[in-house]
Amino acid sequence: MTNPIPKPPSGGNGRLLPPDAGRDRPLFIVAAILVFLACIAALGARGAWLQAQNWTTDLESSLTIQIRPVEGRDTDTDAARAAELAGSVAGVESATSRGRDHAMALLAPWLGEGNLPDDLPLPLLVDVRTRSGVQVDIAALQAQLDAEGLASRIDDHSRWASAVRRAAGTAQALGVGLLALLAGAAAAVIAFAARASLAARLDVIDALHLCGAEDRFIAGLFQRRFFMLGLKSGVAGAIFAGLVSLLVGLGDAPADMAFFLPQWASDPFELVLLASAPILAGLTAAISARLAVASDLRGRW
Amino acid sequence: MGPEPVIRFDNVGMRYGRGPEILRDLSFDLPRGSFQFLTGPSGAGKTSLLRLIYLAAKPSRGLISYFGRDAATLPRNELPDLRRRVGVVFQEFRLLGHMNVFDNVALPLRVAGRKRQDYAEDVAELLSWVGLGEKMNALPATLSGGEQQRVAIARAVVSQPEVLIADEPTGNVDPEMGMRLLRLFAELNKLGTTIIIATHDLQLVRMLDAPVMTLANGHLHIRPPRSERLRMQEAAAAEAEADRIAAAPAAAAPRSSVEPETPDPDEDGERDD
Repeated sequence: MTNPIPKPPSGGNGRLLPPDAGRDRPLFIVAAILVFLACIAALGARGAWLQAQNWTTDLESSLTIQIRPVEGRDTDTDAARAAELAGSVAGVESATSRGRDHAMALLAPWLGEGNLPDDLPLPLLVDVRTRSGVQVDIAALQAQLDAEGLASRIDDHSRWASAVRRAAGTAQALGVGLLALLAGAAAAVIAFAARASLAARLDVIDALHLCGAEDRFIAGLFQRRFFMLGLKSGVAGAIFAGLVSLLVGLGDAPADMAFFLPQWASDPFELVLLASAPILAGLTAAISARLAVASDLRGRW
Repeated sequence: MGPEPVIRFDNVGMRYGRGPEILRDLSFDLPRGSFQFLTGPSGAGKTSLLRLIYLAAKPSRGLISYFGRDAATLPRNELPDLRRRVGVVFQEFRLLGHMNVFDNVALPLRVAGRKRQDYAEDVAELLSWVGLGEKMNALPATLSGGEQQRVAIARAVVSQPEVLIADEPTGNVDPEMGMRLLRLFAELNKLGTTIIIATHDLQLVRMLDAPVMTLANGHLHIRPPRSERLRMQEAAAAEAEADRIAAAPAAAAPRSSVEPETPDPDEDGERDD
């Protein structure tokens, strides 16, 4: 009399939340753009930091001695003597006296070539390279130069180095600030979208609630959905950011222009950063979706 | 003391927002294992009352206790557990359109965290019992109204709830199917499930000897089952006869007299029996 019981359908559980493929696409694009911008900001901040490091290392491992022309003295001889004295100081790698030609070349951009009278008194420069990490006793060197009667002034570039460091610090703070803003914007957009998605699916939520679903069960459904969305848009955004930074590197921008440009420094940091972007985007999306849905659900009974 | 009622209302009132009170001063018990109808004109608040019973709404005032737990002091995280003990057949079914019949019926089990392999056989058996064994993979939209109704009923009973609430369960089906569904509910009631059926269909009501709760203007009247009314009528008649024989003029208002058609729902008198 009883019919044989048919076999239950094989395969996994059906999705509890209906797919809303078309609706999610604009959100995907917005999230991918945010991730792209965040990656560019992070790479830019990283580039600024690397550039600033190069510059400060350059500045800190060199001194410049300026020899002022004095009536009755041969500036060239004074410069050579200064280079000799500087070369004998502990920690100095090399000291080279730059001649009058070098000084003229430095002025050429402002005064043009060949416009200078030969007897124009020009200060000469002595380039001093120091071993990195060694503190040269500048006061002692200055005293030695003074004792020789040389009209000289030593510039250890500290003013410039600290300016560069400040600029790099500002660039980094800017990068981190941008990252925080973009993460905040992404979280807000996702929360908004999660709320909208929840509101559009109130029938499902009601059915789940009345079947005894716990809030965290329902929030978990949205959390998974938005984690996947964040992950996918993160992958898209990170790939584009990587391509752009590669292109900037190929474009061969002059080093001074590269400050705060995302540059492929071909070190693992970039890879780690770009690889972690999708995961961070997914987590941001998941957390903000979960919080938004949970707070909406708490408003219901 | 009898067994604790599954649901107890005590001076419950309900309004939506700042609107007028839709339900006023409702006091009644749903004894464990009981079967009752709920009737009343459209807009009398039947659906609101059902929403209170299946924990979809909160009363504006008064006390409701579910399975001995006071709703007012119930922490939010204990609601899902109580809701799992109440099965609901909605008037409009509320099946999930993107899920097939099997998944719709299995929903309460899945939500309760049960594993698919543990319940798949049971769900298939239940579906074949309600005559939908061949349609497990169908989407609700492809089913007739009567079939959707049976899916909704299967979903409501699949987790063997202690209370089953059905809102106009025969509203969308022909009288024959309505009778079959009513027999299904009666069967479940025999197995111990407390049942409330909201209906306009007085023919349906007459088919079972069950108490009828009638909502009108926000107030609730409870008419005892026909058998009890007869018994009370007989008791009243016997008492009147005894009084007449004794010819004692003082016994003018016998305490247990109940008019058959306009009963006094004297709840407080019954409550602590």
